[in-house]
Amino acid sequence: MNPVLRWFHQLGSPPYFDRFAARWAPWGYGLGLLVMGVGIYLALFSVPPDYQQGDSFRILYIHVPAAWMSLLVYVLMALYAAIALIWRIKLCEILAMACAPIGAAFTLITLATGSIWGKPMWGTWWDWDPRLTTQLILFFMYLGVIGLYHAIDDRRAAARVASLLAIVGVALVPVIRYSVVWWDNTLHQGQTVSVFGESKLHASMLPPLVWMVIGTKFWFAGSLLARARADNLYREAGKEWVRKLATGKQRSGSA
Amino acid sequence: MTRPGLLRTGAALALRDLRLLWRRRGDALQPALFAVLVVVLFSLALGGEAELLAQVAAAVLWVAVLLSGLLALDTLFRGDAEDGSLEQWMLAPVPLAWLVLVRTAMHWATTALPLLLAAPLLAELLQLPRVQLPTLLAALALGTPLLSLIGAVVAALTVGMRRSGILLALLALPLYVPVLVFGAGSVALATQGLDPMGGLLLLGAGLVVALVLAPVVAATAIRIALN
Amino acid sequence: MLDQPPPTPLLRARGLRFTRNDNPVFGPLDFAVEGGEALLVRGGNGSGKTTLLRVLAGLLRADAGEIEIDGLPTRPQLRSQAMAYLGHLPALKSDLAVLENLQFLCGLHGRRRGQAPEAALAMVGLAGFEDTPVRQLSAGQKKRLSLARIWLSPVPLWLLDEPYANLDLGGIELVNRLVQAHLRNGGAALVTTHGAYAAPPVRTRELVLGGQVEPVPAP
Repeated sequence: MNPVLRWFHQLGSPPYFDRFAARWAPWGYGLGLLVMGVGIYLALFSVPPDYQQGDSFRILYIHVPAAWMSLLVYVLMALYAAIALIWRIKLCEILAMACAPIGAAFTLITLATGSIWGKPMWGTWWDWDPRLTTQLILFFMYLGVIGLYHAIDDRRAAARVASLLAIVGVALVPVIRYSVVWWDNTLHQGQTVSVFGESKLHASMLPPLVWMVIGTKFWFAGSLLARARADNLYREAGKEWVRKLATGKQRSGSA
Repeated sequence: MTRPGLLRTGAALALRDLRLLWRRRGDALQPALFAVLVVVLFSLALGGEAELLAQVAAAVLWVAVLLSGLLALDTLFRGDAEDGSLEQWMLAPVPLAWLVLVRTAMHWATTALPLLLAAPLLAELLQLPRVQLPTLLAALALGTPLLSLIGAVVAALTVGMRRSGILLALLALPLYVPVLVFGAGSVALATQGLDPMGGLLLLGAGLVVALVLAPVVAATAIRIALN
Repeated sequence: MLDQPPPTPLLRARGLRFTRNDNPVFGPLDFAVEGGEALLVRGGNGSGKTTLLRVLAGLLRADAGEIEIDGLPTRPQLRSQAMAYLGHLPALKSDLAVLENLQFLCGLHGRRRGQAPEAALAMVGLAGFEDTPVRQLSAGQKKRLSLARIWLSPVPLWLLDEPYANLDLGGIELVNRLVQAHLRNGGAALVTTHGAYAAPPVRTRELVLGGQVEPVPAP
């Protein structure tokens, strides 16, 4: 059998996945923090202030990667969900459900940073800007998946139902985005100042953005593996290998 | 005797639902009553001034329709799930999606249609300018079935749960946003003297797509949830 | 009897297995049910009798194994059309009358040729109750109504989960009579039961779950 395929098949075995996730999650977190650290340093110190917005534009370096992640994670969640439903693979159920809280967190960061960025420009903490409004709705969609997953007792049925919701959601996100933009043009009479403002992103302002985008991906990988590992252990609780893992750690005294 | 086909099973289900409605005909007015309550509350909170109300009339009406539809959603599948009827639907010789479609249509007819009929009255309470009324009614006629179909998917996802309550609303509302936007937006366009057809056509297109896809998705959800 | 090929069984299960949360519920099971025969499924509480019937009906998906109807392998959705399932929940609307419920269920599943709903009601002892709301029926009467529905169904295979529950002696006899008549018409039935007393007096085999899984011919 193709070694890659074999590895995928192995990964589906709960004990193997536990070891894999335990090994690589710290790398994800560590690399993520490192790369994001570099990105934030560059964002704060190496990029000159914007001629229009002064220093307040720097928050873009958190806002934009977070916004991209919030959408990417939703798509990834729906992808895992589809694989889980069509091929009935338990690992993909776990991965899909683990994506939801992470995506929700990124969405929350996007909303918070968008609001902070908007304050100097709009004068208020919130404006019904189409981008932020879509992010708000996306946040509720994440909460829906999380809520549905935790509302049903049978873990497998809960994961499958929440996966179906994720797939329905991902199909409707473009529709919702389009409708919010349409709404902004039709109903929203107020000043719609784009969060990016008038200035385009100059080439010299790009490097920190690149660092941040890569850094958030590493962080996401670490977080996903850690959450998936926890859910995996929870589902398999009571099995022999989990018991050995728990008592083995106790005996050796390590955390 | 040959196994019944789409028409026969659909008619049997529709007849059953009509009979059930007749036995509890008082219940049919509840969504409409709730919408009236919402309108009254809004009017009181806004001070009842004609000019202000007229500005927000279409929006308040849409929200009232949305909320009462949300409340009624719980009754879509709950009764049939609890007494084992859904199981028998799954065992019928016709696709479950067909039965879901018929059931949703009957549910719309018994909960949203009274609302539609009450809409002109509600519009009067909110001082909606008469010129907006035809667009509003057209938007509601297209939008409420769409809301029912989307609601059917959400209700199907939660059919296994005992008390869905606020979770149902949380799941449904993001999916309702496009309908609300295009529905209320069409009326706003009409108010500004612009052509509302764009919004109405989008609602219509959404309705056609939902008529085909929503029952299928809901049927899948029911099978998963009752597994 | 000499050189005739064995008749295709109405239902055959091969290697049927079902697990819940990775705990085995039953299996692997191999058995067949032929026309004119009843299969009694026995086992203690939690041995998976109800689950087995639901898997056969197509409501649940087995983790492994095949199910054949008339010799042809089937998918769950198609399979449900060959069987009538009487489960724990009777699928009766309490606001509707007895006859109205029956009419709906016949409209949904079809009706056996030459059988009128009113006659079926008389057969199960509910004559005169046609217009009674189901809400006013006792548990035993509701069971009889469900039996009338099963009697009217046009399919050859009956899956009866605890059909004797809630019934008095007359009711138990009724179930046996219905199963007998059904088998005489060439149909088959799978019946789960706890009780030692309630076995239909027809050609019956037993399937015991949660222990020995061999069909034992009844004496």
